[in-house]
Amino acid sequence: MRPEDAFAHRGIALPPLPRRSLRLWSVRHAKWLASVYRGFETGLRALDPLFRRIGYDRLERPVAGVERVVKQALFDCRMCGQCVLSATGLSCPMNCPKGLRNGPCGGVRANGNCEVHPEMPCVWVQAYAGAERMGTVATMGQARTPIDHRKAGKSSWLQAARQHAAS
Amino acid sequence: MLHPDDIGPTPWAPLRPLPGHVSRGRLERVLRRGEFAVTAEINPPDSADPDEIEHRIKPFEGWVDAINATDGSGAHCHMSSVAVSALLIRMGYSPVTQIACRDHNRIAIQGNVLGAAALGVANILCLTGDGVQAGDHPEAKPVFDLDSISLLDTIRVMRDEKRFLSGRKITSPPLVFVGAAENPFAPPYEFRPIRLGKKIAAGAQFIQTQYCYDVPLFAKFMQRVRDLGLHEKCFILVGVGPLASAKAAKFIRANVPGVHIPDAVIARIEGAKNQRAEGKRLCVEIIQQVRDIAGVSGIHLMAYKQEESISEIVHASGVLAGRMPWRRDLVQMTQAVETQGAA
Repeated sequence: MRPEDAFAHRGIALPPLPRRSLRLWSVRHAKWLASVYRGFETGLRALDPLFRRIGYDRLERPVAGVERVVKQALFDCRMCGQCVLSATGLSCPMNCPKGLRNGPCGGVRANGNCEVHPEMPCVWVQAYAGAERMGTVATMGQARTPIDHRKAGKSSWLQAARQHAAS
Repeated sequence: MLHPDDIGPTPWAPLRPLPGHVSRGRLERVLRRGEFAVTAEINPPDSADPDEIEHRIKPFEGWVDAINATDGSGAHCHMSSVAVSALLIRMGYSPVTQIACRDHNRIAIQGNVLGAAALGVANILCLTGDGVQAGDHPEAKPVFDLDSISLLDTIRVMRDEKRFLSGRKITSPPLVFVGAAENPFAPPYEFRPIRLGKKIAAGAQFIQTQYCYDVPLFAKFMQRVRDLGLHEKCFILVGVGPLASAKAAKFIRANVPGVHIPDAVIARIEGAKNQRAEGKRLCVEIIQQVRDIAGVSGIHLMAYKQEESISEIVHASGVLAGRMPWRRDLVQMTQAVETQGAA
């Protein structure tokens, strides 16, 4: 675990990462990236029987490791372990210095940048733009329950596969 | 005169319960009767002396229906909101306790809600809170365990379902009228009404907005709010306040998160001979303009360091329409009349 990851899920303000331009690129390309992910998730669910044979616990570390690298590159993912990217226009809400998962705070600047980091675009302004591209603005009206801090660092991909198993 | 429903056995006791009301405080009654409500904000002292509250509250007396006790506003440290609220209740006022998610986790917050209600708090405003970078302790740990929406939901669950977030039972629930803030003047503008809808669904019964200096932008927001039918599900109080000078306005715009002041407003104050008087005049005009917007139930007057002008502004705006909010001497007068009548 990188030192900053240990704090990310607690909403501690970190200076924006230098790769943030890629994060913004992902939001600009939210539409097709989201459809790629939907295909990927279908694949994950199909693999559930195999995952169960290997054992989800045994898979946790390697899969979470791959997930961390991929999602960190694309979204500056903080591995909160309860991914909501598909409902936030592919803009990761854990990059909000206040860790807000239900929408923007009242401090967003007139230019659409963050109250805490004036040089960083507000993740929720980005989220709205991404959701418009994905056509998922309607789902942004659903309230999210508070984050479960125990899930930090766990793989959301395996959870998606597992949920299929439970249903 | 004071409405009979708003007079309790003692000034500090909860009022008798009314059907369809969640709280036993005055603010909910004023709003549910359809009266145009006026709330204001007290600046908590940097002191442990309760007399400071007594002193600071004087300009509010008889002009406002409820007084917000801010919770570390601007991420600056002051006397806590629950403590200020308890002191106000002792004197007979109706406070709105504020809870900012910045400083407490869900365990502390739920404990505070129970404690506040036990001390007689009838109104709670749920806020995310300014970032610590805005305050006097920028090196502090920002908590933000909940956000304003999950905080609203938490208090609603505690009150209506009589349980903590964990599911553990609460024997006597906190009977509080729950509010939230909204900022129609910050991007993403299209998302703001959706966010308001989320807050109402989570449990917000009244809304106090950020300072309104751009009435056309606010009217546009309210149009969308009415389209969604949200004005029928909660009471919207518009944030207003006098600007002391053009210099102060520029400072606020640059340094207070989320405050939008159009250039035209600053130019108007800059061009005035007496900037302070012009600021008050502008505030009165904005109050009168927003009062006429459909779906507006009241104003929230934030006269920071200009508390002495509250009576003047409220009086000049005419929003009370002859009504007189609670005052200590008014209750004493009513009681005197009652005892004389009995004798």
